[in-house]
Amino acid sequence: MITFDQTTKTYEGGVTAVNGVDFTVDKGNIVVLLGPSGCGKTTLLRMVNRLETISDGSITIDGEDSMSLDQIALRRKIGYVIQSNGLFPNMTIEENVMIVPDLLGWKKKEKRERFNKLMEMIGLSGEKFGKRYPHELSGGQQQRIGVIRALAADPPVMLMDEPFGALDPIIREKIQDEFLQIQREVKKTILFVSHDIDEAIKMADKIVLLRGGEVMQYDTPSEMLVRPKNEFVREFFGKDRAIKSLSLHTIKDLQEVIGLVNVDETIEDTITIHIRHDLRNTLSMLLNQEADQVIVVDDDDHRLGAITIDLVQKYLHFEIKAKPTLVQKG
Amino acid sequence: MNKKKIMSRIVSILVYALVAVFFIWAISNSYFDYIFSESGTFLHLLKQHLQLVLVSSLLAVVVALPVGILVTRRSFRRAEWIVSNTVNLGQTIPSLAVLALMISILGIGFKTAVFALFIYSLLPMYRNTVAGIDSIDENLIDAARGMGMKPIQILFRIELPNASYSILAGIRTAVVLNIGTAALAYVVGGGGLGVWIFTGIQLFDNGYLISGAIPVTLLAIFVDYLLRLLERKIVPKGSKPPQET
Repeated sequence: MITFDQTTKTYEGGVTAVNGVDFTVDKGNIVVLLGPSGCGKTTLLRMVNRLETISDGSITIDGEDSMSLDQIALRRKIGYVIQSNGLFPNMTIEENVMIVPDLLGWKKKEKRERFNKLMEMIGLSGEKFGKRYPHELSGGQQQRIGVIRALAADPPVMLMDEPFGALDPIIREKIQDEFLQIQREVKKTILFVSHDIDEAIKMADKIVLLRGGEVMQYDTPSEMLVRPKNEFVREFFGKDRAIKSLSLHTIKDLQEVIGLVNVDETIEDTITIHIRHDLRNTLSMLLNQEADQVIVVDDDDHRLGAITIDLVQKYLHFEIKAKPTLVQKG
Repeated sequence: MNKKKIMSRIVSILVYALVAVFFIWAISNSYFDYIFSESGTFLHLLKQHLQLVLVSSLLAVVVALPVGILVTRRSFRRAEWIVSNTVNLGQTIPSLAVLALMISILGIGFKTAVFALFIYSLLPMYRNTVAGIDSIDENLIDAARGMGMKPIQILFRIELPNASYSILAGIRTAVVLNIGTAALAYVVGGGGLGVWIFTGIQLFDNGYLISGAIPVTLLAIFVDYLLRLLERKIVPKGSKPPQET
């Protein structure tokens, strides 16, 4: 758990980067710091592990004031991932991943076991990659190594500064999914900086929207999309925020509330879609008119019904707009 | 690409041919005879030459590296331009002038020669140390700090290994230059193979000149090769520049 209490950062010249920020990151949650560049999101993140000093107010981690802790010990208890992966070119992959355990004085055997386990998590062979150097890996692989390096000593808290920002869209999506999968297992308390609205909606349990170092709104993604607190939030998420909010819901949510239409057996041009597909992608599929009928199937390929644009619109209208607080992220 | 390869092949063949012609000319005129007829003197001069290079280079490493490292620390950043300019100044003075200046302070002999060579070696070593450490991606240092590495750990585990290629290249450049410049030690009575070279010039004796100059050249080439081998051993595999010649 991380608590920000009137946290403020003022630079020597009198510029205020972060101004009286107040919010709490619950244990096991991902909170995304979102905002335009220069809004203070990275500064705020770096204040947590004291790469930036705190001018005023406090940051409390698991009940302890971060200023009361030893700076080096504090940092070793917090995983840190940066955009440019930060892997050290002079060290092998295994040495890179095991830096913090090494600093903490783990035994050789413990380190080896931990390394293999972490590599397994991201689907890479520890044996095959352990002795290689970072430049021998692809960008996506390097970034994954950067993520498991932060997890190496099993820190309760992780800070991620646009960790997937430098990757191409296809790989980024894949690694986001993979990371959410890992997070379901490890349940870390994560502070995540992003400037990508779609990424924020996808990754966040809650979003902190910042402007000029001040919190504009702190809410769940759906709440923020449906009930923006002020003009800035409304504009930031844009006119298509209703469509964006659809990515938080799956066909299953829709089926439970308003049901699907029956499959019309006379239509031959059909395409199937899995029930856990999110509604945003479903809608674009429907709009692209890839087929005359879109049939929803479950895990066992049972046909559950068909989905139409009308259904999505109905769901959007009645469900999302009417009862936003009931919507929880799957 | 192919054209380039053929050109470089032709050039290297020409150079080798020229070297061969030179040696045939020198040997047929028995210009290398002094090395064998006065082998005692030759070995003595060679030993002096090596001593000059070794002592001055070691001193320069001991001074330039720590200064270079110190100057790249956050708290000493501001001192960098003062140090850099001072070291640059040392380089701008012609080597003969440095030698002459030192005579008035240290007198004539080995010490003066070593001191002048030392001054002359500082710049390449210092500059490459600073450049090597400066060229390390700022994000790497940030990541290291964020993971809880202490400054001293960052220096020895991240900065020095990743700057080692540049630092060693600086040392190699300085030492090789030093071997050539050490021939001037004769002027201040510092000995070395320069004794034969200058004797050759003064007596119009090609024999002395070549018996002194060629060993200096070969020594420089040989030491360059040795230091390259050392670089290959020391520089970590992952931080080597992608293309090596």
